[in-house]
Amino acid sequence: MSLWEYANPVKFLALSARVQPFAWAAAAIGIAVGLGWGFFATPDDFRQGSTVKIIYIHVPSAWIAINAWIMMLVASLIWLVRRHHVSALAARAAAPVGLVMTVIGLLTGAIWGQPMWGTWWAWDPRLTSFLILFLFYLGYIALWEAVEDPDTAADLTSVLCLVGSVFALLSRYAVLFWSQGLHQGATLSLDKEENISDVFWVPLVISISGFTLLFIALVLYRTGTEIALRRARALSARRDASA
Amino acid sequence: MIALLIRDLRLALRAGGGFGLGLAFFLILTVLVPFSVGPQSALLSSIAPGILWLGSLLACLLSLDRLLALDFEDGTLDVLATAPLPLEAALAVKALAHWITTGLPLVLAAPFLGILLNLPPQGFVWLVASLLLGTPALSIIGTFGAALTEGIKRGGLLMSLLVLPLYVPTLIFGAEAARRGAVGMAIETPLLLLAGISLGSIALLPFAAAAALRMTIR
Amino acid sequence: MVLRLTDVAVARGGVPVLGAVTFELEPGRALVLRGPNGSGKTTLLRAIAGLQPVLSGRIEGAEDTVAYAGHADGLKAMLSVAENLQFWAAVYGRREIDAALETYALAPLADRLAGTLSAGQKRRAGLARLMVTDRPIWVLDEPTVSLDIAAVGMFADAVRAHLDGGGMALLATHIDLGIEAQVLDITGMRAAPDALHGASDEAFL
Repeated sequence: MSLWEYANPVKFLALSARVQPFAWAAAAIGIAVGLGWGFFATPDDFRQGSTVKIIYIHVPSAWIAINAWIMMLVASLIWLVRRHHVSALAARAAAPVGLVMTVIGLLTGAIWGQPMWGTWWAWDPRLTSFLILFLFYLGYIALWEAVEDPDTAADLTSVLCLVGSVFALLSRYAVLFWSQGLHQGATLSLDKEENISDVFWVPLVISISGFTLLFIALVLYRTGTEIALRRARALSARRDASA
Repeated sequence: MIALLIRDLRLALRAGGGFGLGLAFFLILTVLVPFSVGPQSALLSSIAPGILWLGSLLACLLSLDRLLALDFEDGTLDVLATAPLPLEAALAVKALAHWITTGLPLVLAAPFLGILLNLPPQGFVWLVASLLLGTPALSIIGTFGAALTEGIKRGGLLMSLLVLPLYVPTLIFGAEAARRGAVGMAIETPLLLLAGISLGSIALLPFAAAAALRMTIR
Repeated sequence: MVLRLTDVAVARGGVPVLGAVTFELEPGRALVLRGPNGSGKTTLLRAIAGLQPVLSGRIEGAEDTVAYAGHADGLKAMLSVAENLQFWAAVYGRREIDAALETYALAPLADRLAGTLSAGQKRRAGLARLMVTDRPIWVLDEPTVSLDIAAVGMFADAVRAHLDGGGMALLATHIDLGIEAQVLDITGMRAAPDALHGASDEAFL
């Protein structure tokens, strides 16, 4: 019994059907508890007031935005090396989720930044990196949509994901360098890990877990949809061939 | 390999080869900038390095869709892929030809356009140096983008969407080096990092581009 | 030096089109593929040339030995005929193009830009490319399209000379060139379903 057995679409769908209800339920509970606790049961920050509470959406979405890309990178590598279709389709399924999470992260960041920093947007390294990540997601999804043959699309997007990851990492460091170069000592960045106290930490971790489970459930569901689409395509191709 | 280089250069220089189009675009873009931001020479001189870098980058991008598309249409790529020359080498050579016909003229033209934008005198050397180090990366990254989108109908816009994010680190370090040079700050770090990106791209991206091209032509 | 295909299956756009192709081609011999449109001739020839992977089966003896001529001629419109051929000769590590010009009666056109040639003349220049590659196996996809009778004769002579010199030729064509050749009709050749694991869509059925 090896993990690779689930690379077979039928086996994957069977497992996914069993796991999904639990993933959805756990995600709903995690997010409800994390957000409810965070919004209503934690004190206001002594400096930031109640605006700090957006952290329970902002940090989990940013977490998913980065890890979705890492998951796509791993899935792309599996596709390139082992040619498992489910892997390529899972990468495809994860991309729009990652894109939406990136947008949520940017929007909540802007909403948080407005009262705190007095501006919706600043070219702070962390913000800029997310904007660049957003562009990478856009390009990746656009390439999937543009290529007609599904296997070629999987190949090309995998190569793009690999090369893109290297350049995204380079951009991250370039942006750090560039922004420090412009504003001596980034006055606008908040070091979250240092500031945060246990009161905020526990609901945040619960919320992050909830978002992660939501991501897993969404990717399982969307991968199932992609598999169904491919299956329909394969069946119609077979019908045309025998006709 | 030399034969391929000579052929690409010859094609670029003959009628319809598109040589000089990127250069003309660069010129027009630079001329339009003062119209859009106003003629104050202090403002222009402070944004000059960035504008010249952005202009070079866009001029490079503009000429990328011809890089492989013509060879794809007339069947040359199929023959090249079966020729004794490795596809990696062929693509590296094509990127080199692109740099010689597009990147190098941009580097040479940049100082003259710098005059139009009131670039401070000490900035000229570093502008040219940063472009000289950075434009090869633009060419080879663009070759990778062209290979990815080859064979896609109306792939030009998609290629811009894929290539521009990949250009970010090159642009940041290149423009930063030029900017620091113009205001008389130390330029070693961004210039070295820029050279690192160029060398790394030249070493690795031909393989990625050839892999992508093999996927697109089959 | 033998080109050997064993139970080869190929796919076009993820759909298996052709399977169970087995044949052997020895030096000095030619093989003509026959089959209706869409039967997979082009796909098979591209797979032999190494331009696309096979689904299953083996192709032996095609590594670095194939000169491929597809539907497009690989000519640059803004280069002269001689420059085009010299370029390909250089890519294959050779210099001599006179014999190729001679065989296809291209010498008077050598300095004309390829873009100004007629379709048949372009085709001749495209076929002349095969002669400067010095490769033993010619893989030709519909080589006689837009050629007139005289040009078809030149082409047949070139193939015959190539075969006499120990070369091989694999053609997909519908006209009779007057060359002694095996004929392989690929109509209806299908792979057994279990041989198609590599087909992109089979995993989903």
